[in-house]
This record gives sequence, C-alpha cells and structure tokens, in this order.
Amino acid sequence: MPAKAQEKQKLIDKEGKRIDGRNPDELRPIKIEVGVLSNADGSAYIEQGKCKILAGVYGPRETHPKHLALPDRALLQCRYHMAPFSVEERKSPAPSRREIELSKVIREALEPAVFLEYYPRTSIDLFIEVLQADGGTRGAAITMASLALADAGIPMKDLVVACAAGKVEGKLVLDLSDAEDKLGEADLPVAYMPTIDAVTLLQMDGNLTLEEFEQTVNMALNGCKQIYKIQKEALKAKYVALKEVAEE
Amino acid sequence: MASVMVKVKQKQIAQLIAHGKRLDGREPNDYRPIKIEVGVIEKAEGSARVKIGNTEVLVGTKVDVGEPFPDTPEEGVLTVNAELVPLASPSFETGPPDENSIELARIVDRGIRESKAIATEELCLEPGKKVIIVFIDVYVLNHDGNLIDASALAALAAIMNTKMPKYEIVNGEVKKKPGYIPLPIRNYPVPATFAKINGKMIVDPWLEEEQVMDARLTMTFDKDGNICAIQKGGIGHFTVQQILDAAKIGQQKSADIRKLVVKE
Repeated sequence: MPAKAQEKQKLIDKEGKRIDGRNPDELRPIKIEVGVLSNADGSAYIEQGKCKILAGVYGPRETHPKHLALPDRALLQCRYHMAPFSVEERKSPAPSRREIELSKVIREALEPAVFLEYYPRTSIDLFIEVLQADGGTRGAAITMASLALADAGIPMKDLVVACAAGKVEGKLVLDLSDAEDKLGEADLPVAYMPTIDAVTLLQMDGNLTLEEFEQTVNMALNGCKQIYKIQKEALKAKYVALKEVAEE
Repeated sequence: MASVMVKVKQKQIAQLIAHGKRLDGREPNDYRPIKIEVGVIEKAEGSARVKIGNTEVLVGTKVDVGEPFPDTPEEGVLTVNAELVPLASPSFETGPPDENSIELARIVDRGIRESKAIATEELCLEPGKKVIIVFIDVYVLNHDGNLIDASALAALAAIMNTKMPKYEIVNGEVKKKPGYIPLPIRNYPVPATFAKINGKMIVDPWLEEEQVMDARLTMTFDKDGNICAIQKGGIGHFTVQQILDAAKIGQQKSADIRKLVVKE
C-alpha cells in the first residue's frame, strides 16, 4: 500500500506497541449496552475504540413487501447503514455498494444462528446504524446485532461474535483500527459461534501466505472468544438491572 | 416451483456427496472443463469470454481518461461492475444491480485490487488532474453456477488482453498518439470457490449444487500462491478446519487454472 503514508507515520513502534498504544494481540476497549431503544423489539449499542454503532430489531412481524414472505421460515432482512457524519468526509446517505455488500454478509453471518423456522411467513428486520466509524465496523456490528436479536427474544443457537485480525508492517495484529486497516497489508474479519465452532463470516483483503492466514484466523478467533465474554455480560446486565428495579 | 424440485434433488445430491460423488460424475475437487477466448469484442479495449461447464461470462474492458480519487491523486482508477443479464437465467430480473451482482463485482474487484494486478501508479497522466480509468464490465451470459470463478477468470483474461491508447498531455490537453500499449499487469489473481453440502466441501459448484449448498467460500490467490481476498457467502457456516483445508486445496486449484490464462 502507499509507501509514502507509511514513511510519514510508523504504525508499530520499536517496542512493538501500536499507534494507539496497544499490544499486537490486544483488543480496543469495548462497551456494550442492550435494550437502549424503547420502540424497537430489541436493540443494542456498542463502542469499540472510536466505533459507535446502534442496532434495532423489529419482528417477527408481517413481511413487507408481502411477496417476499417465505412459507417455511422467517425472512431476515438487514440494513447496514452509515450516518453521513460517521466518517471524515460526509458520506452520502444513499446506500453505497459497500453498504449493500455489508448488509448481505452481515445478514449471512447472523442467519445461521437464528431459528428462523419458528416464525414462517414473518420477517425479522434488523437495522444497523453506524454513528461513527473507526475500522472493524462490520465485526462490531455483528457482535452487537446478535445481542439486539437476543434482546428481541428471538431464539438463537448461540450469540454470533465477530472480530478482525490482520497484518500491519509485517506483524500480525488483532482488532485493526481505521489507520491500520487502510495502511496495513491485510484485514481479515471473522464471525463465529463459539459453542458450536461455526465460522459464519470470513472475508479478507490484502496479502497473506497460507501460514500467516492460519495464524491470523486463530488470532481473530481468540479475539472473538474474548469479546464473547463481554457480550454475554452485556446481555446479563440488562436483566440484572431489571431485577434490581423490580426488587426496589 | 423451483424450490420443490430442489427439495427432491437436495437429498440425492447430499447423499452422493456423503460418498464423495457428485451428480455430474465429478470428484469433489474437480472443476468442470474451462474454456477461455480472448479478444472477442473488437470495440472493447480488451475482452474475454470464459466458460466453466455451461456457465458463460463475457468481460469487456474500456479505457478512458478522467479525474483521480482525491486520496490517490497519482494513481489510475479501476472500476468493476457486474451485470446479471436477464437472458442468463430465469432468476435474473431487469432493473438496478441487486446485492448479488454488487457482491460479485466487489469480489472480482478485490482480487484484482488487492493482488495489485494492475500497476495503477503507472496510469497517471497529470497528478491530481488526469489519470487513466480502466472499466471492467462483467456480463453474465449463462448462469449454471460458480459465477465468481468464471467472472474473475474472464476479468483477468480481459485485462491481460487490454490495449490502451498512448496518451500524452499537450498544453494541458489530453492527446492520443497513434498506436496502443498493453496495460501494466503485475499479478495474476485467480479464485477458487468451494461449496459446503451435507458437511462436505466441493469445488466449482454448478447451479443445482448451489441451490442446495449451505455456504460458499471463495479464496483468491495471487501468482505466488498467497491469499489476497476471501469471501464467505450463504446462510450456513464452516468449521475452522474446513477453512484451513480449503485454503490448501484452493491454492493448488488456483495455480492449475492460472496456467490456462498465463502462458509462460
């Protein structure tokens, strides 16, 4: 990638620390809240580094348009959308090709987890709004969207958790930030259901040897397992808070 | 109804695959016959028609001069578009590109871009103002499964076949000199696509296998056998081991197929 940009800014310093002070295998700070919107049937919010993403789930409800309804299962519809102010230069609110592709891969990452066959002819509509983007938005979106689905009371085989790993200046690193994603040599997002060892999203761009690929996948899976704990705590936290309110 | 047919065939295909066999007689790691023709459209700067079995894709390239992107003022521009032409399948409809054609175009784009197949830094005429734009248009003519591999292979053959006019800047104006030169090609990305059916992995799924597959995995390898792009599709999942196994098989398949396009 742009050699000039790398000369300007070293992404990994002499002690092996990254541009934001993290170690190669360290995640960005993560904060997740469940049940943040009152109108949606389920909702969640995540902050991962500077990423700020919100999701709302409506359904199972009547399918619109009706002809899309499936006779044997629910239709999962997903819209990944970025706010115009979420990036450096204003993004047009019309859906870009990238957003259409991400809506598809995020939906396909979540679908294996949901018992869609419980709700034939209905649709489950998932809306993801990226309020601020900072690298790894699809991963953070999947992690949080699976919580929004759980919050809507939709039966699932497992929570889906996602995390990226990649290569920056020849070193393998976990959970890439925006600068690392843009200037680095490879980015590999993975979505995973830990209890059934199922990879539900796998993408990559960049350049990796087979050996590096295997290491990067394992690094991303380790990241997933760490985030899985935070994810479960966030879901529990909502009900602990409810219980406290009830007891008062 | 297609879905009823599929339900009937699903069982048959899945049972065969459990025994390592396929409905069309192929082994799990066999591709269908691949046929590549280049230079099939004279008015295009480059073109190629690729057949994988009955799947047929035509790619044409056009070369033009335009403005660079603000963040890469000294680099030419590469755009990939894919059309799932309605004559290619009863399931394709007229209208603006749907998510499937956008995904297809972006997978083809990612392979070419990430492997740095085209040296875009050599396509700058006047930094920040005038650069060469390469349009790669993927035209699916007959859909019988595995559009990704057919499209990416046709795109690679087409850019290798592309001749661009000799441009020069005279007093701030772009002029064409007589003659043509080839595009600066530096790498040869070739994908290998897998389908998972009944827990087993097969390469190059044809249409009926795609209709019953749980999930799809495409890995694009560059000329050195390194991975430069990956895309998982479909509503199913893979185990980690299946992915690592696929990477090894895909590397070999991609190298074999590359020999059909790159003759040294």
